[in-house]
Amino acid sequence: MPFLLGGVPIALLIWVVAMSVGIVFGLALAWMRVYGGKIPYWFATGYVEFFRGTPVIVQMFFIYFGLPSLGISFSPFVAATIAIALDTSAYQAEYFRGSIQAVSKGQLIAARAQGMTALQAFMNIVLPQALRLVLPQWSNEAIIELKFTSIAYTIGVAEITERAYKVGYETYEFFAIFLWAAVIYMVLTTVVSEALWLLEKRLAIPGLGVNVGRPEG
Amino acid sequence: MSEILTIDNLWKSYDSEQVLCGISMSLKKGETKVLVGPSGSGKSTLLRCVNRLTAPDGGLVKLAGVEVGEGNVNEIRRRIGFVFQDFNLFLHLTAIENVYVAPVKIKRESKPVARRKAMALLDRVGLADKADAYPAQLSGGQQQRVSIARALSMEPEVMLFDEPTSALDPELTQEVVKVMSDLADDGMTMLVVSHEMGFARDAADEVLFMEKGVIVECGPPEKIFGRPDNVRTKAFLRLISEA
Repeated sequence: MPFLLGGVPIALLIWVVAMSVGIVFGLALAWMRVYGGKIPYWFATGYVEFFRGTPVIVQMFFIYFGLPSLGISFSPFVAATIAIALDTSAYQAEYFRGSIQAVSKGQLIAARAQGMTALQAFMNIVLPQALRLVLPQWSNEAIIELKFTSIAYTIGVAEITERAYKVGYETYEFFAIFLWAAVIYMVLTTVVSEALWLLEKRLAIPGLGVNVGRPEG
Repeated sequence: MSEILTIDNLWKSYDSEQVLCGISMSLKKGETKVLVGPSGSGKSTLLRCVNRLTAPDGGLVKLAGVEVGEGNVNEIRRRIGFVFQDFNLFLHLTAIENVYVAPVKIKRESKPVARRKAMALLDRVGLADKADAYPAQLSGGQQQRVSIARALSMEPEVMLFDEPTSALDPELTQEVVKVMSDLADDGMTMLVVSHEMGFARDAADEVLFMEKGVIVECGPPEKIFGRPDNVRTKAFLRLISEA
């Protein structure tokens, strides 16, 4: 059990880094798809389609096993983190795009009419609302990616699943050990989803209720 | 009195439809002018061309002698308040935050100073007690009054109103009209698209009747509403007074 728990910080580190990169890349890609010109739009669309259209494990194998032939090599931990980060960026981009577009255009026009630049209007008016609107979907994505850290075991990162596999082979107690692994994932995902739910409630805009997509007026 | 807003030979078309056909008009400091006319006559487009929310195809707009163009558009917009038909308040901000967000973010005013000014503006539109309410918690009339306070927050030289009461129930219309009348009395320069005859009669120095992209007739409200020269003006006014 302690050996399994030793994998938790590793899994969490992959997850936190990947999700953080995903927020930054995802927002940038979403911005390109909503406001960008033709070239940024097609770049972002191509990125999203490519990473959503291929399994993350294939992406990871490509990075870990494929790239060294170009002279680029990473440790298993870094390769796994990059793969999951690039993959979640594509999904987050789509969620951010939807939530940016759900903020009524009139508010953006009103901000511009006051003399805000496009960037000021986006940062002060659109983004704060888009981030609130995206939370339910983003929570879902966060939980999916937390579980996806388990694929890192295939290239030998000593996270939870890898450790369970190893212990299982040594003791042949597969039933107990994978049950424990499942419990650990369950606890982690529950904590994350509860925390994000609380955040969502806390940030809800009074009068609009939680999860309201697009209010009237 | 000096001309503060000059519109000279403004043209605009959408696709093949000509919306503005060489509109010229001007506003002196402290004047209020009301634009009336059937829908599709180009009134809203004219307002949007003034602060370049819509770029005109030809002609020019000057604010206090300075030509409005792509280069100075943000600078000019800060000096022109705009009130929308459907309020467009920022939904994630309280009433008072809606009013002070622009001075804080654009003019870099300190929050306490901006907040104090915003409170004074909310008081002016009769909503000091709703400072901490969110837009979704306010009635339409209250939202529109907050949006007027928001438009005033940048201390504009001219205020543009684009059908500010069209989205409101009749009983809520009056509270907005009152705020606008007070503003006109206080010497604000205003260009208003509205069919509120009461407001036009009380507050307008001039009423302009617009149709198919041209100003058909203009004059003091008592003349336009009392004995208009143009047959189309007559027909239109009969229509809206029956409504």
